[in-house]
Amino acid sequence: MLEKKHEMIRKLAREFAEAELAPRAAEVDETGVYSDEALALIRKSKFHAVTIPKKYGGCGGDYRSAAIVVEEFSRKCATSATPLMPNSLSGAPLMYFGNEQQKQKYLRGMAEGTMIGAFGITEPGAGSDTAAITTTADKDGDYYILNGRKCFITNGPICDFITVFAKTDVNARGVSGISAFIVESGWEGFSRGKIEDKLGIRGSKTCDIIMENVRVPKENLLGREGEGFKICMATLDSGRITVASQGLGIAQGALDEAIKYTKERIQFGKPISKLQNTQFEIAEMSTKVECGRLLVYQAAWMKDMGQNITTKAAMAKYYCGDLCNDIAYRSLQLHGGYGFMKDYPIERIYRDARIVSIYEGTSEIQKVVIAGNILGK
Amino acid sequence: MELKNYKNVWVFAEQRAGVITPVVLELLGEGRRLADEIGVKLCAILLGENIASLTDTLIEYGADIVYTADSPLLKNYTTEGYAKVISDVINEYMPEIVLYGATNIGRDLAPRIAARISVGLTADCTKLEIDPEDKKLMQTRPAFGGNLMATIICPDTRPQMSTVRPGVMQKNQPEKGKNGQIVKLQVALADKDIRTIVREIVKSKKELVSLTDADVIVSGGRGLGNPEGFELLKKLADAMGGVVGASRAAVDSGWIDHSHQVGQTGTTVKPKIYVACGISGAIQHLAGMQTSDLIIAINKNERAPIFDVADYGLVGDLYEYIPLLIAAFEAEKTPA
Amino acid sequence: MKILVCAKQVPNTNEVKIDPVKGTLIREGVESILNPDDANALEAALTIKDHIEGTTVTVISMGPPQAKEMLNECLAMGADNAVLLSDRAFGGADTWATSNTIAAALRKIGDYDIIFAGRQAIDGDTAQVGPQIAERLDIPQITYVQDIKLDGHKVVVQRQLEDGYEVIEAQMPVMLTCIKELNNPRYMTVEGIYDAYASEIPVWGLTDLPLDETKVGLKASPTKVFRSFTPAPKGKGVVWKGSPRELTGKLWEELKEKHII
Repeated sequence: MLEKKHEMIRKLAREFAEAELAPRAAEVDETGVYSDEALALIRKSKFHAVTIPKKYGGCGGDYRSAAIVVEEFSRKCATSATPLMPNSLSGAPLMYFGNEQQKQKYLRGMAEGTMIGAFGITEPGAGSDTAAITTTADKDGDYYILNGRKCFITNGPICDFITVFAKTDVNARGVSGISAFIVESGWEGFSRGKIEDKLGIRGSKTCDIIMENVRVPKENLLGREGEGFKICMATLDSGRITVASQGLGIAQGALDEAIKYTKERIQFGKPISKLQNTQFEIAEMSTKVECGRLLVYQAAWMKDMGQNITTKAAMAKYYCGDLCNDIAYRSLQLHGGYGFMKDYPIERIYRDARIVSIYEGTSEIQKVVIAGNILGK
Repeated sequence: MELKNYKNVWVFAEQRAGVITPVVLELLGEGRRLADEIGVKLCAILLGENIASLTDTLIEYGADIVYTADSPLLKNYTTEGYAKVISDVINEYMPEIVLYGATNIGRDLAPRIAARISVGLTADCTKLEIDPEDKKLMQTRPAFGGNLMATIICPDTRPQMSTVRPGVMQKNQPEKGKNGQIVKLQVALADKDIRTIVREIVKSKKELVSLTDADVIVSGGRGLGNPEGFELLKKLADAMGGVVGASRAAVDSGWIDHSHQVGQTGTTVKPKIYVACGISGAIQHLAGMQTSDLIIAINKNERAPIFDVADYGLVGDLYEYIPLLIAAFEAEKTPA
Repeated sequence: MKILVCAKQVPNTNEVKIDPVKGTLIREGVESILNPDDANALEAALTIKDHIEGTTVTVISMGPPQAKEMLNECLAMGADNAVLLSDRAFGGADTWATSNTIAAALRKIGDYDIIFAGRQAIDGDTAQVGPQIAERLDIPQITYVQDIKLDGHKVVVQRQLEDGYEVIEAQMPVMLTCIKELNNPRYMTVEGIYDAYASEIPVWGLTDLPLDETKVGLKASPTKVFRSFTPAPKGKGVVWKGSPRELTGKLWEELKEKHII
């Protein structure tokens, strides 16, 4: 499933994560500020633009490569998956549905590091129930007037543009009245809420986006009117691979810490790694992480081969979202009291893990998708 | 190459600004031993400008003959100037062994000569022996970052050449008034033979080194009792050419900044020498330093876990030991 | 400008351990890496390329077929071309034979302005190949380079000494061997990795070089390994109790004997 070039990418991402991300991870968590230096280096090596086509300044790479980068970064610092978003959530809508001008402007902007994108579907009244969004987009000549509020938007506080999903036809049934727009943050009427104070991935900035009569030129309609839901689902579909990879990386990081700690901690006259409970725990944790790994890379490979990945990607996301929480919990338990202290990385990993089973489609929604595909409608 | 025709052990007498590099004296000590074992003479080859005054020292430390090449073009070391003169001299006088100090100069010069005269060169030798049967040189050196030792021979080429690091061989006691022969060489060098120009030589004090780069770390723990103890440790670190480290206990007590912390939640180090003063050796600290090449520990408690990893453990009061060590190291430092 | 870089793939000797039972080197699981000093050499070349338009950087390595991975890494860092010198005949070479082989390849490529090499490789630790290549190509050499400035067709470099440095000038073509203080090697880019793996690295054997077989490999090497062995293990330490003055003296004696001082 993986070729020599993927091994080289893993080597690069791993070395980078160890040298540049791991030493900063605690500070990023504490201050909520992501290092500009690290960001510049990420962009220099183009980690953030793996899947963006070369034509728009990206690497023209595959999803296996993107998953590898996300996994290795998340292993050392879960927050570091956020700058990689152009590979998935912020890039996919444009890559799959953008026209040439839109791609040249916004995809290239992200690839070259001059723009930060965001993905705006969630609203206070519409989380898992995406069809319940109430943001409206009223046609007015050559413009659409957008009104509404999005919440929990990653990169909200710092984005230059956001792919917003709004109802162009409030009377349409179900999801067919939703359209997608590229909205620039500098436009009048666009404002941001306060930065959220989160449990985990605290270096990733999140806030509400408020749109009050924002005039969006019709050139910024993504795809066709009414295609919004399709765009949203297609984006989340591929984003599932990279967010699953984040969960996988977090789980591996937690497992690394457990292995390290249990070899050093001496109780009852020997390292606790010699106790059978510890051994069985590590064995179970390692096996589960391997399962997560196989799901992620199989889904990535299938996507690279052009196959339909809806079910597989949902399985990967559901599994790895729960996996990282499980492994983090067990790893912390193996650390005993020390795991509860901020001096040890597992404390942060445990908090970072919590979001993965929730965002980009909760584990429950993933199960709905999987069951829907297996049992049929 | 008729091996039998090559005789004598030579030492390249490196000098900088009229001062003989200390390693040369060590090489003469070793060269004397090798020459005596083979039954031949020990010679020194000295290049520079106005270097006549240096020949006495070389003879006192063991040389039977000193070949001198005196020329303004040899005043400062240049690769091509020195390589040409020495290569020509080797071809003329045919020594069987030539030793060089593995200094920044020696490691620049020796390989160039070896390529020019097509002979084997072994770098950074830690041991030199003579094969009793055929009198050839057996050169032992570390490889793989010191994880492997190899004994090298040059069966078919002469001279056999080696570079040796400073501080490895022993110099002999100087024999004042010893007799020796001085041979003044004709220097056939022209400006065009030397294609590098030395514009400036700058002496600089090495800037503050980080824990991970340091060769020597002097570390303090709870046993210091107070922050002033670190001033004493700094003196020892300076005398040893190292930096100061600390255990978590000392950092948490506010006695020194976290950047000096060695251990699980500090920095992992692997210096040549680690001196642990008043550090008990909690596992979180050991994890950060136990692979150091040499560990010296000083602690009042003879059951302190640090003694399990120390090569030399001294049970006692560090405030009595440190001043003694400082005095010893400072006395040892030879002027630059 | 045309810049050539000599690089070597080496085992990561920081990770190499000795088998306590057999006394041999454990090499399995030890990854092969781009020799650290050579990474500095490549970075120096790439930095010049960043600043001077039209500069090409070619990396040459002598090694077994798997050294191609290391060359891919160099390409992914930004080198334009790479060449692998690989042939059974080159095997077992000491520095004399190695420098012969590499010099022949560099001569074949020709027309170079600067040749960069690392000061030494972490497996051989000899620091001999760079100077020996320079001798064969009959070009000036400057070793232990910690700073480089270009001035037209001239290089002005700082050469590190034990207690300072020299400022040395030379006309190109010139061989410069680099140390870690020179720069911080850049990371590969993901795009670079994709490009590297999209092309084939040419391999030159003995017949591709203007060299005859008496000048390469084990047979041509003037130095021969008589035997190799692992150094004696450290052994348990000692713990002394007694008068500080006496014990300091005793410790001092031991450290002097072991040449630690």
